[in-house]
Amino acid sequence: MTSPAILPERGMGDRISAAFWRRPRLLLILLLTPPVLWLGIVYLGSLAALLLQSFYSIDEFSGVVKQEFTLKTYAELFRAQNLDIILRTLLMAILVTLTSAVIAFPIAYFAARFAKGRWKAVFYLGVMLPLWSSYLVKVYAWKLILAREGILTWIADHVGGGPLLARALDEQWFGGSSLSTSPLGTFIVFVYIWMPYMILPMQAALERVPVSMLEASSDLGASRAQTFRTVVFPLALPGIIAGSIFTFSLTLGDYIIPQIIGNSARFIGLAVYQFQGTAGNVPLAAAFAMVPILIMLVYLWIAKRMGAFDAL
Amino acid sequence: MAGVNLENIVKRFGAVEVIRGLNLNIPDGSFTALLGASGCGKSTLLRMIAGLEETTDGTIRIGETDVTHELPAKRGVAMVFQSYALYPHLTVEQNICFSLSLAGVSKAEQKTHAARVSKLLQLDQLLDRRPAQLSGGQRQRVAIGRALVRDPKVFLFDEPLSNLDALLRVQMRLELAKLHQELGTTMVYVTHDQVEAMTLADQIVVLEKGVIQQVGSPLTLYNAPINRYVAGFIGSPAMNFLAGDASLGGTPLSIQLQGGGTVQAKVNAQPTQPNVEVGIRPEHVRIVAPGAGHLPGTVSVIEQLGNTSYVYLDTPAGPMIVEADPTQSHPAGSQVGLDLDMAHLHVFDQSGRSLSVTV
Repeated sequence: MTSPAILPERGMGDRISAAFWRRPRLLLILLLTPPVLWLGIVYLGSLAALLLQSFYSIDEFSGVVKQEFTLKTYAELFRAQNLDIILRTLLMAILVTLTSAVIAFPIAYFAARFAKGRWKAVFYLGVMLPLWSSYLVKVYAWKLILAREGILTWIADHVGGGPLLARALDEQWFGGSSLSTSPLGTFIVFVYIWMPYMILPMQAALERVPVSMLEASSDLGASRAQTFRTVVFPLALPGIIAGSIFTFSLTLGDYIIPQIIGNSARFIGLAVYQFQGTAGNVPLAAAFAMVPILIMLVYLWIAKRMGAFDAL
Repeated sequence: MAGVNLENIVKRFGAVEVIRGLNLNIPDGSFTALLGASGCGKSTLLRMIAGLEETTDGTIRIGETDVTHELPAKRGVAMVFQSYALYPHLTVEQNICFSLSLAGVSKAEQKTHAARVSKLLQLDQLLDRRPAQLSGGQRQRVAIGRALVRDPKVFLFDEPLSNLDALLRVQMRLELAKLHQELGTTMVYVTHDQVEAMTLADQIVVLEKGVIQQVGSPLTLYNAPINRYVAGFIGSPAMNFLAGDASLGGTPLSIQLQGGGTVQAKVNAQPTQPNVEVGIRPEHVRIVAPGAGHLPGTVSVIEQLGNTSYVYLDTPAGPMIVEADPTQSHPAGSQVGLDLDMAHLHVFDQSGRSLSVTV
């Protein structure tokens, strides 16, 4: 006889693994319980608490939260100064997303189609490197770059772009005394900070487009522009939408960049921060916090209706 | 409709020469299979005809037109890709009409074309589906439909059936044969499967390492292969090759098989060296009593297919496969004699050239 085909049981580990093998459900329950609890209670629970809070209101004399269901707080969002905040944030988020998409596309396209080996590594490193350093450090660095005495103004002056920059800063609705104190500056920093979140999903989507689909398109008579419009762009669209979800929602919720760079005009994030903090108006903060969620839901619904996920 | 003419075609990728000075005429209306093992340059050749691969040197003509440096779209060819390359974001109808919509054909006209093509390919029930909702065979048909709708002068197929399971492959093979009969358009078909090439094509081009080994009808290639490569590649199970010693100068050539008797083979050329190889197909060998026939053999495995059976044997001249009567049993290990049908011998010299056929 050689060694037997059935091996003897070896201790505790074998017995536990045998028990799991006999009852696969038990293993599934054990594996899933912690994350489900986390997701259910901590994550969705806090979101539900937020939703609940937004239906409360604040007593204007005592400043105490009245725990009764009312839509009064939501009505307050439509006051001129609050609506102003929402529209400003929305406009900024749209502009940042569109600009990021336009800048990210060629980078992602190059990385997906042409970069090989070492260049691919350079691409990933270049895109991810900024993500490894602190967000605050980057924002403050940009404050210096954009300052009146900063490098950008200096470069503009030396290449003869000084008057152009001054002209832009004179503009009423995005200008200011310098780039770092203008909405234009806020916009530039937003685009910089969220760019990697646009490039990476876009690159992933473009990389999944097989070369044969592009070849088939040219075989079927498409010009390069037609191939881009009818094949590359629709197939990359899920990636573009995924990236825009990041840039859009991150801009909608950010409250640090507008505080440090810009003309201190308030954004949704900043409003939430101030209402729940110093002002102690948690219901209004909660109502404000619901705005980006609603906007994102509407955005995704429109994207789906337009067929953005058909290629998935 | 048009034929394809290739003159002195060369393809280099950097320093690597994949196709070397190839000449080939594909007659108008023919079904030509480019056959070879992977890496022989057959797909590259097809992609060069399609215009997806730049031609390093030589001339490609479709009909009377020189298209060597023409854009793919301007060549009047339509390619069916191995991976189908259907667009997942478009419906079957939109996929089929892709080329028409690029050309700015009106929606109504697109519908008529889609209806015509989908009826021919039995896709009429599926026009609103997306490729993800189709089976492999249906996707294949959509890919063909997309090429069909362009009314090309030449169809190019790049291993179109290799992603299908065995049953579906046989079925699609039949449909392709029917399609060619109906349309009569020139078709060029790349495959590594010699059965596909034999059953579909009226002209087979056997390629090895970027060089054409032989061009001919399926039966010519089967019955009169001009070298050992073609002889071994065409036919399933493959031809048997037996080592032997020829007595130089005689006609017919008399060859002493290694460890066996002597056979007489009709040849058109004389070998320069005595050591030759004798090729014989499995159906031209008979199993006889031990001691009889030209060679002794030991049965190793027997494959029963019902209508026939294949007996695998070891002989002193090398391993052999013999097609045998399925009613006779040959237990593994039993000793038998092998009788070779001398009218069907192929003799190959040391360079692999066949001495049995006139070139």
